[in-house]
Amino acid sequence: MNVRSQILVSTGAVVVLLSALVVSLTQHGSAVWAPTVYAQETPSASQPADYVSPLELQLSPDGARLYILCQGSNEIRVLNASTFAVIKNIPVGAVPRGFALSPDGARLFVTNSWDDTLSVIDTHSLEVVATWPVGAEPSSVVEDKAGKRLFVANRLTSNIAVLDAQTGVEEKRLAGGRGTSYLALSPDGSRIYATHVYPNILPRKTGLENRLPPESEITVIDAARAVVVDRMPLHGIAGVFHVALSTDGRLGVAAEYHPKNLLPLAHLEHGGAFTFSLELFGADVGKTAPVEVPLDELERYASQPFGIAIAPDKSRIYVTSGGAEIVTVVDVPRLLSYIHLHNDPFAQDLSASANYVVTRIPVGLNPRGLTLSHDGHKLFVANRLDDTVSVIDTRTNRVASTITLAGPITTPSRHPNENTVDIASLAVDGKITCSKCHSDGRTQAQHAPTQTKLANLIDMHRKLLVPRLGSSESKSILPLRRGEQIFYTSRFSFQSQIGCANCHIDSTFDGIQWNLEPDGFGRSIVDNKLLEDVKETEPYKWTGTNPDIPTECGIRTEKYFWRSENYNGLMLADLAFYVRSLPPRPNRFRPLGADFTPAQEHGKALFERAVDKFKKPIPESNRCAYCHSGPKGTNQKISDVGTRKATDNTGLLKAPPLTNIALTAPYLHDGSARSLEEIWTVFNPEDKHGRTNDLTKDELNDLIEYLRTR
Amino acid sequence: MKTFCTTMFVLFAAMAAFAAPPASSTKQGLVAPALTTASLPHFRFENFTTANGLPNDHVYTVLVDGDRIWAGTDNGLALYENHVWKVYSTTDGLAHRAVLSLALDKRTGDVWAGTMGGLSRISGGHIDSFTQLNSGLSNDVVYSVSIEGENVWIATAAGACRLNLHTNQWSLYNERNTPMGEIWSYSVSATPTKVYYGIWGSGVLEYDQKTGKWDRYDDPDGETEMVLFKDQGLIHEIVTSVSYVDNVLWAATYFGDSHYDGRYWHNFLKKDSGLPSNFTNVVKGVDGKRAWFGTDHGLAYYDGVNWAVYCPSLKDGRPEMTVRDATGTVTPVEVATAPAHNYILGIDFDGDDIWVATAKGLSHGIREKNQWPKEPKKQ
Repeated sequence: MNVRSQILVSTGAVVVLLSALVVSLTQHGSAVWAPTVYAQETPSASQPADYVSPLELQLSPDGARLYILCQGSNEIRVLNASTFAVIKNIPVGAVPRGFALSPDGARLFVTNSWDDTLSVIDTHSLEVVATWPVGAEPSSVVEDKAGKRLFVANRLTSNIAVLDAQTGVEEKRLAGGRGTSYLALSPDGSRIYATHVYPNILPRKTGLENRLPPESEITVIDAARAVVVDRMPLHGIAGVFHVALSTDGRLGVAAEYHPKNLLPLAHLEHGGAFTFSLELFGADVGKTAPVEVPLDELERYASQPFGIAIAPDKSRIYVTSGGAEIVTVVDVPRLLSYIHLHNDPFAQDLSASANYVVTRIPVGLNPRGLTLSHDGHKLFVANRLDDTVSVIDTRTNRVASTITLAGPITTPSRHPNENTVDIASLAVDGKITCSKCHSDGRTQAQHAPTQTKLANLIDMHRKLLVPRLGSSESKSILPLRRGEQIFYTSRFSFQSQIGCANCHIDSTFDGIQWNLEPDGFGRSIVDNKLLEDVKETEPYKWTGTNPDIPTECGIRTEKYFWRSENYNGLMLADLAFYVRSLPPRPNRFRPLGADFTPAQEHGKALFERAVDKFKKPIPESNRCAYCHSGPKGTNQKISDVGTRKATDNTGLLKAPPLTNIALTAPYLHDGSARSLEEIWTVFNPEDKHGRTNDLTKDELNDLIEYLRTR
Repeated sequence: MKTFCTTMFVLFAAMAAFAAPPASSTKQGLVAPALTTASLPHFRFENFTTANGLPNDHVYTVLVDGDRIWAGTDNGLALYENHVWKVYSTTDGLAHRAVLSLALDKRTGDVWAGTMGGLSRISGGHIDSFTQLNSGLSNDVVYSVSIEGENVWIATAAGACRLNLHTNQWSLYNERNTPMGEIWSYSVSATPTKVYYGIWGSGVLEYDQKTGKWDRYDDPDGETEMVLFKDQGLIHEIVTSVSYVDNVLWAATYFGDSHYDGRYWHNFLKKDSGLPSNFTNVVKGVDGKRAWFGTDHGLAYYDGVNWAVYCPSLKDGRPEMTVRDATGTVTPVEVATAPAHNYILGIDFDGDDIWVATAKGLSHGIREKNQWPKEPKKQ
C-alpha cells in the first residue's frame, strides 16, 4: 500500500487499489499491453502500514532521542539516538509532512497534511495531547522562542497560519508564496523564513507570462509581530524546499530547483532540464539579494535537493537530493570565498560546484529530511523510499550505519489478479519467464528475452531494490512501492538529471509551463498537469496522443526525455501502477458529504445548463457538462475550444479532467490563463470554450465556486 | 421622539455654548478662543508635493501604518518611511497608477489598495493584484476598501464585493441580491458587527454580520436637493463616504453629512453647522461624537459641539483656521500653515497628528499643544 492509500485507510475511506499494467496473452500467443486489470482492495482501518516512509528527523535537545516522522505509517517513531532502539511509535494524523520541537523540547508539533490538523505530542509522556485544526495541507511548523505562537505553513492555501501555541486557536494567516511548505526560525528567534514549492503566478501583463522564467520568494516574517516584512525574490526558481540558518544567524540556505523550462525538454542532453541549487542569503553573503549557487556538476546532478543541515561550527552544509539519492557536502568557507570572489550568476556554471562541494555521499532511496547531532559528528538522513535512516560520520563522510525501519509485511504478496507482475518473485525464484513480461510483440522485438538479459534484468532489480533495504531483505517490495521508487529516482535519465518527481512534486504537479517538443524554441508550450486520479482519463498529453499511461510514462518519457536508460517492461508496469494508483487529495472546497453552498449550487446549474440566458439552446458540444462530463470531469474526447495560439501546432486538445482544478493554476493547455476566471474573461471571446459570455460577473463567480468543488 | 431628541440636542448645545467663556484678544493680536474651543486641535501643517518626493500632487487617499505613511496618488502609490518616499507603480505590479483607496490589515500588516484598475495587496514589499478579469472582483474601479477580520470588503463602480481571505471566495453584492438601487459604490466601512456601504445615488446600505441581511437607509426627501425633513434620515442619496465607529455611522454626501447612532439621525449642513461646505468627499469618525470631514472648502473637525476648519484661503491662499462654537459664533484663528489644498479627499489619524490627502498635495498636520496663553488666574 502506498502512502496515500494509507491516508485513506486511516481516515476510514475506502481505498481502491488498482493493479496497473498486466500482461495478458491473447489466444494466438501474441500479446498486447492490456489496459489494466482493476483489482480492488478495501483495507480495514486496522491494517498495518506496509512502508513507514521516513520523511523528517529531529533530535531532542539533549540528543538522547531521535524523532522520525514516518509519513507512510502516520506515526512518529521515537528511537534511542545511541542504540537506535525503538522507544515508542506514536500515531498521528494522516500523512504527516513536517514537525518541530518547541524550543524547550517539551512538545513536538506534527503537521498532518491530509487531514489538515496539527498533532501536539508531549515529549515526556510521548502521547498526543492535542490535535488542532489548521489550514489546507499543513506542511511544516515552528514555534517562536517565547512559546507564544506557532507558525504553520499551509501548502494548498499558500499561507502561514499563526496559532496560539497554548490553545491552538488560529489568530491569522499570512500570505506566503504559492505552495508554502517549509519554515525555519532564525537562531535569535526574530525572523521566520518560509519557502514554497510552486512558483508564484505572474500577473497577466503582456499575455506572454507563460513564456517567462518562474519566480519564487523566501517570505520573511517578523516573529514578534507576526507580520510579513520582506519577500526575497528568487528569479528563475520554481520549487524551494527546506531552508536553514547557521547557528550565528549570519548564513541562510535554501534548497531549490532552477528549471530550464523554456528550452525544449527533449534536448536534455543539450542543456539540461534543471539546475539544482542552493540559495544563500544573510550577512555572510554580503549582497543585497540572495545568491544562487549550483550543486550539480556535469555528470552528477543533485536532482531534487530537499533537506538542509548546517554544521554547528558553520564549516559544512549538508543537502539531501531525493532523486540523486545522495547527500552533498559543501565546504562553507570555500563557498563564501567563491561567491565573494566571483560575480553572479553562478547558476548555469556547472564547474562552480567543484570549488565548494567536498563530496557526495550515496545514501538510500529518496533521501529527504536530515539532522545533525549537537556536536556535528553524526548526520542522520531519512531515506523515505527504502524505510531506513542513514547515519553518516561527518568526520569521514561515510555512512557508518543504517537504521532499518522495517514495515510489517514480511511475506511476498502477489496481486489478487493472477496476471499481475511481481518483480520480487521474478527476482527471487525466476518463475516468471521473460515472455510473460515481454509478451508485447513490439517490446519483444526490441528486447529479445535472452537468458543473459533475464539475468541482467534480475540483477538490475536486485541492485535497484534489495540491497537498498539493508537488513530488511525479507520484506517484500510490492509493485506499487517499486513504482513509487522508480517515480522518484533520477537514475534513468541522461546524467541522472531528472525523474518523474522533478516535475510532479510529491506526485502532484509543478505549476510550470514547459517547452517539451523539439519543434523549435517557443513552440508548443504546455502547462504541466496534475497527476491525481489520472486513471481512466486516457488518452494522455494535452493533445491526447498518448493512448495510455505506459505510453506516456514509458515510450514517451524514457526515450524522449530520459535520453538514457530505458525502463524494462516490469519497471514500466510498476511505474504505471503507481501513477494510476495516485488518488485525488480531499477537496477542501466541499468537504466529503457536505451540501453545496448556494453559490456552488447555482454554479452547478450553470455548468449543467442546456439553455442560455436568452432562452436559446446551447449546442451539446458547447455545454460545460458535455466535455467535462463524468466523475472526473472529462469525456476523454478531443476538441477545439478556440484556445490555439500562433505557436501551437494544433488547437485540437483533450478535455482535461477537473480533479482539484482549483489548485492547479495557471490554466489552459499552455498556462496562458493565470486564473480560472481568465479562461472565460480573456480566452473565450467567441464562446467556443462553452457558452459563457451571457453570464454576469456574479454568475461566472458562482460557476467557478462550483468548479472549485471538483 | 425625533423632535424631542433634536430639541434636547439643541438645548445641550446651547447650554454648552452659554457655559463657554468668550473669546478674547491677546496682546499680540492673536485671537485666543475660550478654553472650550481652545481644546480644538491646532496643527502645524507640513505639505508634500512632487517637489519633495510625491509621484503626483493629486492625492486621493492616505493611510497611516505605524511609522510609515502610504499615499495613493494619481500616478502611483507612495510610501513615506524614514523621511524618504518610495513609489510603487504598475511595473511593480500595482493594478493601476491611480490609487483611490487604502486599507491596512492590522493583523497581517498587509496594505490593500483600491485603484482605477483593480485591487492590489502590498505584502512584504510585493504586490499582487486582483482585477475583474483575473479574479472574482466585481469591477476594476475600486473606490474604497475596508478590512474586517478575514474579509476584504470592497466598493466598486459596479457593486460591492467581499473577498474571504480564508476561503479565497468572492461574494458579489449588487441590485440582484441587496436593496442597492444603484450599483456605484463609493465607500465601505466594515466592522465585525456591521458593514456600511455608501452608494452614489442609493443612500447607505447596512449589512448585519450576524444575520447576513441587508438594509438600506435613504434620504426621506427622496432624490431632491431639498431638505424638508432634516434629522429624520440620511441627508442625501449621493453618499460619498461612510465611517462606522463606536456603533455610530458617519455618512458624507455632496449635500451635507449625517450622524446615525442606530436610532436617531442628526444631519449637518453648512447653513447650520461648522461645515465649510456641504460638498463632502470624505468623513472619518474619531468616535461616536467626533469626526473629521474633507470638503471642497477645506478640512473640518467636529468635537460633538464645536467645529474647526483648516484650509488655505479660497481668496488668497493664506492659511486659515476658524472655530465655530455651539452658539454659532465663528472665530478666526491666526495660523501659519494650512493643508496643501482646500479640496480634501482623504484623512487618517497618526496619534494626535493628522494626515490629509488633497487635490494638490499631501499634508501632515502636526498637533501643536499648549499654544494658547493660559487663562488668567482669577484675582
